[in-house]
Amino acid sequence: MSYAKAQSKSTLWDWLTTVDHKKIGIMYLVAGAFFFALGGLEAILMRIQLMFPEFTFLPAQTFNELLTMHGTTMIFLAAMPLLFGLMNYIIPLQIGARDVAFPFLNSLGFWLFLFGGILLNISWFVGGAPDAGWTAYVPLSSESPGTGIDYYVLGLQVSGAGTLIGGINFLVTIINMRAPGMSMMRMPLFTWSSFVASILILFAFPALTIGLLLLMLERVFDATYFNVGMGGNVIIWQHLFWIFGHPEVYILILPAFGIFSEVIPTFAKKRLFGYSAMVFATLIIGFLGFMVWAHHMFTVGMGPVANSIFAVATMAIAVPTGIKIFNWLLTLWGGRIRFTTANLFALAFIPSFVMGGVTGVMLATSAANYQFHDTYFVVAHFHYVIIGGVVLGLFAGAYYWWPRIFGYKLDEKLGKIFFWLFLIGFHLTFFVQHFLGLIGMPRRVASYLDGQGLNAMNLISTIGAFLMAVAFIIFVVSIFTSRNNKVTEEDPWGDGRTLEWTIPTPTPEYNFAQTPLVRDVDALWYEKYEGDGKMKAAEPLGDIHMPNGSILPIVISLGLFIASFGFIYHHAGFTWLAVVGLAITFGAMFVRSIKEDHGYHIPVDEITNNKGGE
Amino acid sequence: MADHTIDHNTLPPNPEKATLEGRNKFMGFWFFLGGETVLFASLFGTYLGLRGGTVDGPGPSELFHLPFVFLMTMILLTSSLTSVFAIISMKRGNYKGLLAWMTVTVLLGVAFLGLEIYEFVEYVDHGLGFTTSAFGSAFYTLVGTHGAHVAFGIAWITTLIIRYRKSGLTLTNAPKFYTAVLYWHFIDVVWVFIFSIVYLMGIGG
Repeated sequence: MSYAKAQSKSTLWDWLTTVDHKKIGIMYLVAGAFFFALGGLEAILMRIQLMFPEFTFLPAQTFNELLTMHGTTMIFLAAMPLLFGLMNYIIPLQIGARDVAFPFLNSLGFWLFLFGGILLNISWFVGGAPDAGWTAYVPLSSESPGTGIDYYVLGLQVSGAGTLIGGINFLVTIINMRAPGMSMMRMPLFTWSSFVASILILFAFPALTIGLLLLMLERVFDATYFNVGMGGNVIIWQHLFWIFGHPEVYILILPAFGIFSEVIPTFAKKRLFGYSAMVFATLIIGFLGFMVWAHHMFTVGMGPVANSIFAVATMAIAVPTGIKIFNWLLTLWGGRIRFTTANLFALAFIPSFVMGGVTGVMLATSAANYQFHDTYFVVAHFHYVIIGGVVLGLFAGAYYWWPRIFGYKLDEKLGKIFFWLFLIGFHLTFFVQHFLGLIGMPRRVASYLDGQGLNAMNLISTIGAFLMAVAFIIFVVSIFTSRNNKVTEEDPWGDGRTLEWTIPTPTPEYNFAQTPLVRDVDALWYEKYEGDGKMKAAEPLGDIHMPNGSILPIVISLGLFIASFGFIYHHAGFTWLAVVGLAITFGAMFVRSIKEDHGYHIPVDEITNNKGGE
Repeated sequence: MADHTIDHNTLPPNPEKATLEGRNKFMGFWFFLGGETVLFASLFGTYLGLRGGTVDGPGPSELFHLPFVFLMTMILLTSSLTSVFAIISMKRGNYKGLLAWMTVTVLLGVAFLGLEIYEFVEYVDHGLGFTTSAFGSAFYTLVGTHGAHVAFGIAWITTLIIRYRKSGLTLTNAPKFYTAVLYWHFIDVVWVFIFSIVYLMGIGG
């Protein structure tokens, strides 16, 4: 296909078939933001129900569905896609590549995620959402009536396949596609942490795949893995789930750590303190992340030896994490700190996340865990690490990379209002929950009795949740009102250190007209202080090879989407739908396999025109 | 660029890794197999946890017939060997040899799959259904998932053979054959573990 022909397609068709990592990144961000708002709405509804003792705002069943969907949505459909959006857009730019290693698979990963997310949420409209918690422990989940859990199982299976594909894609991209001179130990920290997170995805998600497969076979095809009367064992689910589930939290937090490691040096006008220590701390966290899954199961009865081993392994993670915290602090030390919104989020992260880390060590104390288990103390802990770490990281990253991705800066004044409201709301919501838990309020309850000392703290918590909601609305408003703050320079923050700040804004389709030559870690910073401030080119100007778009990723995903309904309604006689769906999926894969597609070239004058017009 | 036939004399020494696309595919596939390893490890763990849960149904030692499974094992191991011959042919630029050995590999795979289906039918006749006991569920899930992988491999390699029957070796199809053979070795290795953990331990332990 010629370049001109590729340009003549309609905008909608272009987005549906795109294999451009930048467009896919933006689609991840948009879809993730939508699910983030949805998960937030679910949280607000729960907090209203818990505002007063024995409140009757929601029926208990609806509450169970909300708590399940809130957790599932936020982890799988909001936090991960938002991080994937940033990773997709930024990683190829940071390593000086024109695209990811597998553009087609990149698109497939996105559409699988989106169809899986839609599938999961369809459950609300057809007989009730899943209601067994995001952990879906058996036998609660395997015996749960209705189709809610079936939607959970298949929705996560489809979107999980997309995540796995994305993880492999990032790994190969980072290993094979780096610009000349960019050795592994010259990679920016965001790329490094995304790399380690991708390794975790690769080795953690298949355990979830099997867990979900077993649960589906148990519910839909009457298998008996979890049926104790038939020789089954319910603990197997817990192991499979947490072998996936614990690495999952590091999959979320490591890229966020990477974002802070980009934001803090930029706005402290210093290079990152302890680069190699940061890299190795990330690797150690990734490794230990696989060794600690059973700390979620201290009260199951594994015995004192297993509990002690997992307790010690868990506490060990505090060491590399502490190294990181001190490195960020020492990066700030003596720096010329600018309090931009992005940096405010990064600065607020440090104390907030440390609080979550401290409660983490408390929870790791297996003897004390018997007291904390399944109380609001746990809820407070994981919201401190996930909001205090991942969400603050996402907002810091959004403000930092917004000009690169969307070509304008978000309004700083609204941004600061957003930041303070969100931070205060966050601590108001979750700080008191530590004490609610310690005085005995169990998690996942739809109501509580009057006169037990729980009223005031629950009310405070709900008020905090509303503050966060208002803050998020301000953020969404500022996205639209800031559109005139157009950015045209390559390095809008002035102190960019990495390759994504060396290319024209808006980013050209081919990213780099000439692949840059990397001479040090912090490639652009090095050129600013040792060179002429411009990257040296590693190749002469020439035609650029680009992959063709394809509609097949949507077809493959749609096939699995249709097949899922066949499995969910197997007992109602719709098994044929599964056959049809799988035929569509495998048929599309077959077409992809036999059709060779060698892409097209952007001619060199097109590139020089663009360079001249910047 | 990469779609014209490479003459035997101008063929790069490792055509499967000669292009960036080929290298990406090669490495991506190794990572994929890493994920598959965890997938099967999860199934093995589940099976080991549940293999004693036979309740009233038949157990491993009453069902498994070692000479039969040994035959299956030998067939699958041989198919791995023939796929190695295919790659050797590829490296020597002998495209006909590549296709011929891949065809033999597929035929052996089909034979294996046929025996496995026969085996499952036998077990059902002896009273072990998918829903009979936790052992039954775990056994059919583990061995069946492996069987599904074999079936997928057969379909994949057959597609490659038919699609490229006349094209000669190119820089585009060399990585495809190479990754298909990697996949085939992987399902062979998984079978070795199934043979040891499910069948040998089922009869001996």
